[in-house]
Amino acid sequence: MDFSFTEEQTLLRNSVQGLLAAKYDFDTRRKIVKSADGMSKAVWAQFAEMGLLAAPFSEEQGGFGGGAIETMIVMEEMGRNLVVEPYVETVVLAGGFLREGASKEQQAAHIPGIVDGSAIWAFAYAEPQGRYNLADLVTTAKKDGAGYTLNGYKAVVLGAPWAQKLIVTARTSGGQRDRDGISVFIVDKSAAGVSTRDYPTVDGRRASEITFENVKLGADALIGTEGKGLPLVEKITDQAIAALSAEAVGCMGELNKATVEYCKTRKQFGVPIGKFQVLQHRMVDMFMAYEQSVSMTYMVNLKLEENEAERIKAAAGAKVQIGKAGRYVGQQAVQLHGGMGMTDELNVGHYFKRLTMIDTQFGNVDHQLKRYSTAA
Amino acid sequence: MDMSFSPEELAFREEVRAFIADNYPKDLANRRTRGEMSKEDILTWHRILYKKGWVVPHWPVEYGGTGWTITQRFIWNEENARAETQALLPFGLSMVGPVIFNYGNEEQKKRFLPGILSADDWWCQGYSEPGAGSDLASLKTRAVLDGDHYVVNGHKIWTTLAQYADWMFCLVRTDNNVKAQEGISFLLIDMKTPGITVRPIITMDGAHEVNEVFLEDVRVPVANRIGEENKGWTYAKFLLGNERSGIAGVARSKKAIERLKSIATAELMDGQPLIKTDEFARKVAELEIDLSALEVTELRTLAAESKGKGPGPEASILKIKGTEIQQRITELAVEAVGNYGSVEVPTGEMAGNDFIAGPAYSNGAAQNYFNMRKTSIYGGSNEIQHNIIAKMVLGL
Repeated sequence: MDFSFTEEQTLLRNSVQGLLAAKYDFDTRRKIVKSADGMSKAVWAQFAEMGLLAAPFSEEQGGFGGGAIETMIVMEEMGRNLVVEPYVETVVLAGGFLREGASKEQQAAHIPGIVDGSAIWAFAYAEPQGRYNLADLVTTAKKDGAGYTLNGYKAVVLGAPWAQKLIVTARTSGGQRDRDGISVFIVDKSAAGVSTRDYPTVDGRRASEITFENVKLGADALIGTEGKGLPLVEKITDQAIAALSAEAVGCMGELNKATVEYCKTRKQFGVPIGKFQVLQHRMVDMFMAYEQSVSMTYMVNLKLEENEAERIKAAAGAKVQIGKAGRYVGQQAVQLHGGMGMTDELNVGHYFKRLTMIDTQFGNVDHQLKRYSTAA
Repeated sequence: MDMSFSPEELAFREEVRAFIADNYPKDLANRRTRGEMSKEDILTWHRILYKKGWVVPHWPVEYGGTGWTITQRFIWNEENARAETQALLPFGLSMVGPVIFNYGNEEQKKRFLPGILSADDWWCQGYSEPGAGSDLASLKTRAVLDGDHYVVNGHKIWTTLAQYADWMFCLVRTDNNVKAQEGISFLLIDMKTPGITVRPIITMDGAHEVNEVFLEDVRVPVANRIGEENKGWTYAKFLLGNERSGIAGVARSKKAIERLKSIATAELMDGQPLIKTDEFARKVAELEIDLSALEVTELRTLAAESKGKGPGPEASILKIKGTEIQQRITELAVEAVGNYGSVEVPTGEMAGNDFIAGPAYSNGAAQNYFNMRKTSIYGGSNEIQHNIIAKMVLGL
């Protein structure tokens, strides 16, 4: 039993911290969010230079052979700094599909672009009617010669305005919510028939609504086996859940630190408000919510390679924990900061908004509770 | 004990319901949901009611009240909520107005009440300061007598809609050498007076509702002081009591729950309406039950009030429970809209110019949720309301 980090892992954390401290303070982030692009290509290039974009790929794939714990470390630091750049979308999700589902040829064609920072990816899976059910798809890919023709609509595709490449789920056979008949495709965002409408999200990121109209895909667009894509989708989204849990831990850690600090210095009725027992207990509850979230985040990141049922329980359990804790810590951090917590100027509200959105990504507390309770 | 309306009260309900249906401008509702309300839009309903003579049902008849019973006023509020009319701004009508007719002199009543009723004067509340929030009495804005004027210096914060205000009612310190509560005076300040600067504060939902107000050598005629010098805390507390009693928002929450249910009916989970799922149905049921309890609690408070007992410290229950319910509704709306909760509705100058993804009912759900976090902070934080009940009701 050992919960300590290796020397390399500590070095990784220190270098990510160093980079973000120097290049991603809150004012810089605000400028990035408000810019026309909404992300920083310079920061992304620095992620590439530091090897962060290569971290989870094997050495043969041009990466560093890092695992879930390395991703967890990176994501926790991203959370602390409210990084908006699409690390989860590009490295964890698209990277995951390419690593675990793609052919050698596909890997050779696409991983180098991720590693060197030239290609940004987004994952187009959700549909308006489907809520959080990954199998509820009306987007179709019909066999067309050697390839496919893609038709459909994807909702709230995070990071898509920045992306050149998309991972798209579509139905190649079966009924609307069947587990069988789902396939995963690589689609160029610039392909004929792909149209996007871009917009900002409440947590300072960008997303698109995407319509596919008779988009022609070659045979080399298919990842894995036709019609058997759902297990892969579930596996990779669980990896994303593990990464988002770490991001949430980063957010909560910063909120708790800021709240305790504020309550030590803010005086009302002649004393620091942190002297009031009711607020002390509140902050203790926030602290415990955080610690429980750290535990679940370690757990899910250690169990991503276990059998399916174990993995699902770990991922769903972690998502429930961070959903509940994120809401509590976020709301109470705002409450204890009083009016200041409500302002756009202070970072507190921004962490709260990000935590709220992490809960909705890949299924909120209710969805994951159900998933947990029905896991074999 | 009887909770039902009499035939006369039911007839009254028909009358006001018809009036609202005939007179509330339809286009206003659309602009409000898209966040495009102008200053005039905010006042439209006020002006219509002023013309009708229904703008201050809660005031004594001699000052413009309608003479309605407490039950009639309750019905009036319900019907407005039901029709989702634009809420009237409380600063003049519910806050400073009653202070003026209770504690002001004849000159002040003549000068200020007509502008409050007609909405020709827009009022804002100069209470909180950067160092005086929950501990309001610790406020530091100074007013020093200089002939027939006070010279005011200080810094107010969280001043709602001060960007539009013509007047501010303001708590200032006029004596530093006594207990904090005993050195405060209540001034009415013309916002056009030299030395006043209003600076916007943008909240995390992107809205510009609140401001900072800086006062630098602002000269205020002594004639604009309400009541006696150094007795301002009495008037301030009277005003806060009124603020609390209106804050339960039961009727508006009822409507908001209806809206939540219609969202959850339209949203699907595995092909079924979300409202049909056990988890969500149960959450909505709990919310409705909490609201029923609050409704009857409010009615009990109103009944006591109609027998001449003013809103006591029990009103803090209405503030705590009312705001918890309002917040919970917005929280569940975010849950209900699912992925489209992420979509940001542009605010300020950008409003109305952009593509907004998702069904109309999902627009702004998350921003509304973020915005409503203020309710447990403002008007005396909910922690302070707990203290009031502990001290004043339970005697702890």
